[in-house]
Amino acid sequence: MRTKILAALCLVSGLWLVRNLYVIFLTLGDEAAQGAIYRIIYFHVPSWITCFTAFFVAGVSSLLYLIRKNSHFDTLAVATVEVGVAFTIVGLVTGSIWGRIIWGIWWTWDPRLTWALITCIIYAGYLMLRHAIDDPTARAKNSAVLCIFSFTSVVITYKAIDWWRTQHPGPVLSFRTGGGNIDPAMEHMLFQNLGALLLLCAVIVAVRMRQEDMQREVESMRRYAHAL
Amino acid sequence: MLYLRQVWTVAGKDLRSELRTKESLNAAISFAIVILVLFSFAVDPSADQIKEISGGLLWLVFAFAGALILNRSFARELGNDCLDALVSSPIPGSALFLGKALGNFVLLTIVELVSLPIFGVLYNTQWARQLWMLMTILLLTTWGVTVIGTMFSALTVNLRLRELMLPTLIYPMMIPALMSAMRLTTLLIAGEPIPAGDEIWIRLLIGFDIIFTALAVGLVEVVLVG
Repeated sequence: MRTKILAALCLVSGLWLVRNLYVIFLTLGDEAAQGAIYRIIYFHVPSWITCFTAFFVAGVSSLLYLIRKNSHFDTLAVATVEVGVAFTIVGLVTGSIWGRIIWGIWWTWDPRLTWALITCIIYAGYLMLRHAIDDPTARAKNSAVLCIFSFTSVVITYKAIDWWRTQHPGPVLSFRTGGGNIDPAMEHMLFQNLGALLLLCAVIVAVRMRQEDMQREVESMRRYAHAL
Repeated sequence: MLYLRQVWTVAGKDLRSELRTKESLNAAISFAIVILVLFSFAVDPSADQIKEISGGLLWLVFAFAGALILNRSFARELGNDCLDALVSSPIPGSALFLGKALGNFVLLTIVELVSLPIFGVLYNTQWARQLWMLMTILLLTTWGVTVIGTMFSALTVNLRLRELMLPTLIYPMMIPALMSAMRLTTLLIAGEPIPAGDEIWIRLLIGFDIIFTALAVGLVEVVLVG
């Protein structure tokens, strides 16, 4: 039953993305200053919001793990971090492509970009730490602590465009600027794509959590076999 | 008051055992000097270039040398199960952590204070023109680096790949502090006061110290005891 629900949700997010692509490429016009390349914003911004959401969920579930000591929270944390890192890479790559066209360079050491990269490296370090610890309880405990520490870099990345004058464009979405920086039709589409990506993220996280649960079960059976 | 005494007891123990053997301290100071020397071959900088890169060079040296000290911080307690003895001693985990952090802070500051004049001599730089501000930045950053390093030293102490994992985890985490310190130190070594626009870096440094000290003190009990 759970598999069917996941497959249905996956299908919904896939169809939603296809429909969004149709509107993005065929219905919406080019942006006045940037031309066609601006369309990357429909994937760039939603993928960053998705990864920030994933890291936030990971941080909260890590904290809950430390309070409740329930391994499900650890499973949720690792699943969301893995998916979050994938979306971070999507965000970095799309941003880089946009930068190549608009700025003429793939990369610049601007505070927003730098911190985005640092966030990616820090969460990759979290995944490395997990691989380096064999004992499941110690792994869950230590990586939960690291995950809470890591979230500070997400906050800095998010606020970097407010704290520094960056080469990266400033906020465009109405909830940060109070409106007027983006055409309502474009903003609406951006949120549509965010919805589709968040749904996709949730489906992948759910699948990843099942894998993690199974792996935990296999590990405990193996330990049991060794004990016998 | 009792809490402070407990912190001091742990810090005193660490400092005494380090200053008697000088294991990590000698290694860290020699390592810092070797990097300073190597760097002059790598770039062969002119006086103007030195003004631009001094902060970056110095903090890379301090961060690399610091990792040697931080790596040993909890690892030295592994022999004879001293870590278990420390954890079971009647002091709170946070006092144990703060004591260790204070010990590392003093050791790292010694490494920095030895390296700075050597840097000045090797690169013909008058580094002490803004001495008090430089010392303030140095101490603020060293505390941030030490807190992160000590916490992660506790996190990674039982890993097989401890020597590899610690630098991999701490350097990205330290970047906000190192970035601020590099920028401010470059200005101060060039003899310039910190301009109004760059005060955000000092705020970032202080915020970094406060946030990570609070996080570490709050979470260290979980790491050490479970």
